Amino acid sequence: MIISVASGKGGTGKTLVATSLALSLKERDKVQLLDCDVEEPNDYIFLKPAFTRSEVASIPVPEVNEEKCTHCGKCAEVCAYNAIAVMKQKVLVFPELCHGCGACGYLCPEKAISEEAKEIGVVESGSSDGIGFVHGKLAVGEVMAPPVIRQVKEHTSREGTVIIDVSPGTSCPVVEAVKDSDFCLLVTEPTPFGLNDLVLAVETVRELNIPCGIVLNRAGVGDGKVEEYCRKENVPIMLTIPLNTEIASFYSRGVPLVEGMPQWKASFLGLSDKIREIVNERSSDTER
Amino acid sequence: MKEVVILSGKGGTGKTSIVGSFAALAQKKVLADCDVDAADLHLLLNPSITEENEFWSGQVAVIDDEECTQCGLCQDVCRFDAIKDFRVDPVPCEGCGFCSHICPVEAITMKESLSGHWFISDTKYGHLVHARLGIAQENSGKLVALVRQQAKRIAERDGLTYIISDGPPGIGCPVISSLSGANLALLVTEPTLSGIHDLERVRGVCHHFGIPALVCINKYDLNEDNTHQIENYCLNQGVEVAARVPFDNAVTEAIVRGLPVVEYSPGRATQEIESLWQHVTCALEQ
Repeated sequence: MIISVASGKGGTGKTLVATSLALSLKERDKVQLLDCDVEEPNDYIFLKPAFTRSEVASIPVPEVNEEKCTHCGKCAEVCAYNAIAVMKQKVLVFPELCHGCGACGYLCPEKAISEEAKEIGVVESGSSDGIGFVHGKLAVGEVMAPPVIRQVKEHTSREGTVIIDVSPGTSCPVVEAVKDSDFCLLVTEPTPFGLNDLVLAVETVRELNIPCGIVLNRAGVGDGKVEEYCRKENVPIMLTIPLNTEIASFYSRGVPLVEGMPQWKASFLGLSDKIREIVNERSSDTER
Repeated sequence: MKEVVILSGKGGTGKTSIVGSFAALAQKKVLADCDVDAADLHLLLNPSITEENEFWSGQVAVIDDEECTQCGLCQDVCRFDAIKDFRVDPVPCEGCGFCSHICPVEAITMKESLSGHWFISDTKYGHLVHARLGIAQENSGKLVALVRQQAKRIAERDGLTYIISDGPPGIGCPVISSLSGANLALLVTEPTLSGIHDLERVRGVCHHFGIPALVCINKYDLNEDNTHQIENYCLNQGVEVAARVPFDNAVTEAIVRGLPVVEYSPGRATQEIESLWQHVTCALEQ
């Protein structure tokens, strides 16, 4: 089962939920945590994994063999991203615009274009106290997070529970990380900002046809509008975490909630049971 | 005309509350919300939209069922796994057009896709340019660039002094798009280990693109050890800590009331944010 943890608004507690869910579940299931927030990966701060493997994350970008090139201009014509410009005597490649689709190389009549790997980040894997751990890091100055996320997800385990920590927002990195999940947990807080971004996040996971539920964090601040919205839209609130200085203090020091306050383990196990119930119900519905 | 963009790396550190307050404090400015996939600034500024525009960007492949011979070549070449059973899934399709170029019976066309909307609004604090990326859409970087371009146009037209931009979280495409060519980045962080880690990454991006940066430590009193760690990091990097904003319930209360905190309460957070804006204007004049 793959559970992704997303949010819309940043800073609502995705990392707290993803790490505590993984730590609670590992006692009864095989667990893997994939940190797909490759722009700002934070899970490793909490789980302190021992990394055993590091691989370069890259995208294929064109390399033009000037000896074979006749400057016909076909590559520039087919490139949808203006990543190649053909001059009279020279071809210019702009790797930062390239999406690595491969059209230019395939369509070059002279077979003058090969591909080289452009490094855009790193994917590190290892384990933390029985939890399989993989994360990606987009290199500073690079723009394209989705290929790094794809490379992290290539490590997805086929057994047990896989937890995916997602970046904030609703655009392409979020879609890349969340797609193919069996369930998406949306972490929010009861403020107008939390609600505004939750609505967008719910629309996004619905677009992907993935069932979702809410973790309401810092309950006690703000207002009751998130609960109102969830009732109206029939989105279940599956766990409520109160605003609490002790919880905030553990978080600030990089201590997972269920390690600092083990009494929370039961709540996270309960959360996982509820998710499993919804996922099983849905799969038996599709079978019927 | 000077442009300051407020960034943080980590989400939820208080960027929007700071920008909303700057909106109330600054004279002669235009506001730009560059967080186009989860925009929140409008919730503090109560804008009335005066201009709404469609954002057409990128393309999506469409297969004509009647022409398609189901040869499968398009599925083989697509690197984004966007074609299954001779149908294009518009969500993963990156609009590269590879499939349309190689289809032997020309059954695939590329259609422009509506990727979002952008708006110019009036607020009691001045004009606001903001946008809404479509659900699960790409090209947030281009939409951010468009928002900044419009803000600049308004600033030039009206002879304004400042462009104040609320940036997105992270360090990738939309962040770089909101940062390039700006005069100053204000990095809002919080005293948590995650906040420190993410500050270092976003500061790295500013350094990479040669944009000067100032740091604001928000809720600094939640963990003073971590605050010292941030101050040491900034000292070593030669980055000025321009403000230490204390934790103050008034900040959340102001959000609930839809107001910038400086207009809601004269408390501790407000005083520090007022002094922060003075710092920012000085830095912009340098």
